[in-house]
Amino acid sequence: MTEVMTRLKLGSSAAARGLSDLTIRNLFIIPTIAFLIIFNVFPLIYSLWTSFTDFRASTSAPANWIGLANYRELLGDEVIWRNFTITAKYVLISVTGQVVVGFGLAMLLNRPFPLKGLISTLLLLPMMLSPAVVGLFWKLLYDPNFGIINNFLGLGKFEWLANPSVALYAVAIVDIWMWSPFVMLLSLAGLSAVPKHLYEAAEIDRAGAFYTFFRITLPLVSPILMIAIIFRTMEAFKTFDHAYILSSQPTTELISIRLYKMAFQEWQTGMSSALAYIVLIMVVAITNIYVKYLNKAKAR
Amino acid sequence: MAEIKTKGETLANRAAIVAVIVALIVMLTPIYWIASTAFKPRNLSTTSPPTVVFAPTLTPFAKLFVSRSNLRGTVDPAVYDAAPWWEKRIYDDGGQVVRNKKTQELTPSGYLDRYTNSLIISIVSTVLAVSMGTLTAYGFSRFKIKGESDWLFFILSTRMLPPVVVAIPMFLMYRAVGLFDTHLGLIILYTAFNLSFSVWIMKGFIDEIPREYEEAALVDGYTRLQAFWKIVLPEALTGIAATAVFCFIVAWNEYAFALIMTNRHAQTAPPYIPSQVGSGLPDWTVIAAGSFLFLLPVATFTFLLRNHLLRGMSFGAIRK
Repeated sequence: MTEVMTRLKLGSSAAARGLSDLTIRNLFIIPTIAFLIIFNVFPLIYSLWTSFTDFRASTSAPANWIGLANYRELLGDEVIWRNFTITAKYVLISVTGQVVVGFGLAMLLNRPFPLKGLISTLLLLPMMLSPAVVGLFWKLLYDPNFGIINNFLGLGKFEWLANPSVALYAVAIVDIWMWSPFVMLLSLAGLSAVPKHLYEAAEIDRAGAFYTFFRITLPLVSPILMIAIIFRTMEAFKTFDHAYILSSQPTTELISIRLYKMAFQEWQTGMSSALAYIVLIMVVAITNIYVKYLNKAKAR
Repeated sequence: MAEIKTKGETLANRAAIVAVIVALIVMLTPIYWIASTAFKPRNLSTTSPPTVVFAPTLTPFAKLFVSRSNLRGTVDPAVYDAAPWWEKRIYDDGGQVVRNKKTQELTPSGYLDRYTNSLIISIVSTVLAVSMGTLTAYGFSRFKIKGESDWLFFILSTRMLPPVVVAIPMFLMYRAVGLFDTHLGLIILYTAFNLSFSVWIMKGFIDEIPREYEEAALVDGYTRLQAFWKIVLPEALTGIAATAVFCFIVAWNEYAFALIMTNRHAQTAPPYIPSQVGSGLPDWTVIAAGSFLFLLPVATFTFLLRNHLLRGMSFGAIRK
């Protein structure tokens, strides 16, 4: 104890030779905080203001304060509700798919076999590569005439992206392909942390595979799996890149695509700022839940 | 403990290995398809049924870097013979190089510019985000800060913002101050985007370096800054490298900001490559060649990063 005390005392007097700890702390932290405030918070304050105006960035007409009119119009707009419904459906399909495929892959990989490291790394490639560029090639894969998907599955000239009722699934499949590796990666970490003796004990008790999975594996992996699910929900909610590139069907118009079109094609700057705020509040809500789980996982 | 396996277990293991191989093939097919299309002659890129076995060619790469048009009529044999190998390939593939009428100079395609833009913007923003992030992470790791967890949440929350949401006001501001379609404009955006990530990840790495190291150095007469420079930074080098690669990949792959904030001068490859598909019959071989060169660095980095992927993807929450 005394040793620690002297060390700390010596440390603080030694530190006083150069810049004080307080100065260094401020020097190290304040630029980052300032940078983030200038380039993230300030723009958001600015767009909060535009969201109460009828501003259009394509004209030089000055912005008029119109109060809550934008919000009122958006919340009463059936098209926007449809965009949100599509987004919800998309999130549900793709996150469920990712959990099933990702967790399944993790269960398969969670055993010793040759070239395991190489194979797991190769499986992770889809999530590392550019969603815009790789997503683009799914257009070729889905092509009804010369796409390999129809050819391999023997679907003839089945339309994927041009078919309004299938296109959303087609876009979600790309997301599942891209992000199942993420769920796999996290699940593998969870699985490898399950103590071996639990499985041994279950074996001694002659527990069935079913029982072992639901009573040992799943409960112990679920905290990490939960992180994966919330993170993917948050990201799927924001999906833009490959969805925008793959399909221009109204049935695949996710909320971020609507937002993009409203802001940068229709130039309804004020209205789109209001929509951005509605989306923002939803994202912050999901982020809050996510961070709670992160901290829980860190505490363990 | 010696493992004694029952017959059922080995069978299950074998079935699992077969399933993994099938999954691997399915997962890698789209990537393989990009790579293989990049080495196909144009007439084999869109065939029904798709061509799987073919003699690889470098024609798509020859076409990638120069402006071309469709070949009208036939080539004069003398011109053909005088042409360099790559131009012959373009002729063979039913195209011709666009030359300046007076000087006969080649016009480069837009690809190289976009690739260079991607490199400049990704590298500069990575250096900025990682250096600022490392300092801030050290600050949060070693000093008492009032409301530390709130600040950290604030930093993380900036990363969670959907790009399109931030892009609306940023577009207006950039247009007003002349940062629209500039390298600096995108560098700032990507730095801001990666900064929060780099703070979170680096804090995890620095937390793992025992404080005793610095304290010993302080006792030996180092100042705090010297201790940070000579003790902490070398210890954190692996973490810094991993964080940098992550930031680079994010900036390299970013699409939405680049689509909105640039149009020609500072445009990066992700919005450029899809724009080449356009209407009509796109030449998928050239698009694939461009994509192949664009995806290559990240694919390489994935292997270098493999031991840190888990940590990076979970914002440092899960460590191996």
